[in-house]
Amino acid sequence: MDFYFYDMRILCLLVLVLLMSCKNESQKNGTVVDAHSPVEVRERPLEIYDFEGLKPFLKTTSDTVYVVNFWATWCAPCIKEMPYFETLNARYKNKNVEVLLVSLDFPKKYDSHLRPFIKKNGLQSKVVALDDADFNSWIPQVDPDWSGSIPATLIFNKDKREFYEQSFTYDELETELLKFIK
Amino acid sequence: MKKIKGIIAIAAIMMLSAFTTVSNGYKVGDIATDFNLKNVDGTMVSLSDYKDAKGFIVIFTCNTCPYAVAYEDRIIALDKKYASKGYPVIAIMPNNPEIQPGDSMEAMKQRAQKKGFTFPYLMDEGQKIYPQYGATKTPQVYVLQKTSKGNEVKYIGAIDDNYQDAKAVKTKYVENAVDALMSGQPIKETETRAIGCSIKS
Repeated sequence: MDFYFYDMRILCLLVLVLLMSCKNESQKNGTVVDAHSPVEVRERPLEIYDFEGLKPFLKTTSDTVYVVNFWATWCAPCIKEMPYFETLNARYKNKNVEVLLVSLDFPKKYDSHLRPFIKKNGLQSKVVALDDADFNSWIPQVDPDWSGSIPATLIFNKDKREFYEQSFTYDELETELLKFIK
Repeated sequence: MKKIKGIIAIAAIMMLSAFTTVSNGYKVGDIATDFNLKNVDGTMVSLSDYKDAKGFIVIFTCNTCPYAVAYEDRIIALDKKYASKGYPVIAIMPNNPEIQPGDSMEAMKQRAQKKGFTFPYLMDEGQKIYPQYGATKTPQVYVLQKTSKGNEVKYIGAIDDNYQDAKAVKTKYVENAVDALMSGQPIKETETRAIGCSIKS
């Protein structure tokens, strides 16, 4: 009985992996993403997490480098640097780099501000929303030195991580990323 | 060649120090500077004006940050509860209004009037005070206690643990800190973190 479930799970997983790889394949073939060319707008459901749910996104055992940016639609400096993260995503996503945009928008603004912003700007990087009002419990877990202002960015791979409580230009951002790419 | 190396080394040191000076500012136990800043009513306000105060609830806040706005009513409530007990709220607006026009003195006046602020709402003109405190964002609170050495920093951080819903708050950090000071008890949490809007300089 246990075995049966186990097999079923593996089967499900296999099907999922196959589906996902097909999807990736078609995306690769379908569009060439470049930050400077018009982008295809893909509507994805917005994933919403509390900090426990977000935690797995903040560590890795793989060879991927993750660039995690904490932002919100109402945060002007965040919006200003957003294109740089999009460009970084476009240029490096085939080089084992993943950009994750963690929105700290107020939950009541998801429909009026966040979702329209993602759609209007055709954001290609993965966007998730973090809905966890008990800031003091989770901010130090992202980084012990984070006072809590945004924009803030975390870059990490399995060996090291760096935290930046600051705004970036594209060049500064790329310079920091390159420190993680051998 | 030596010269170039020297210049590169100096540039590198300058860059390093630029990055490492970010987390300067007061720690709990430090003596906070006084100031002389313009209030929305046109007067100048200093901590030393408050002869009878036992301490202060200094809050860096502004008009334009959604978190600051979410806390406005709770800031008014803090002043109403603690000003008469010797711990008035002193609100300081640290943003550069040239970058953030919604935080101009005129806009501050309007906001203070509309919300009925019972406390001074001061412009950190020239942005000289917030860096000394080490404020990085709005809203951010410094609870001070008058001592023989000066105004000692007793608490740094958030107002409470839920920006979204005042009714869902479990821990009122600032109230707990001031209550502890008034009863001579140690403050349980002297530093807390919260998401806020970076100060626009």
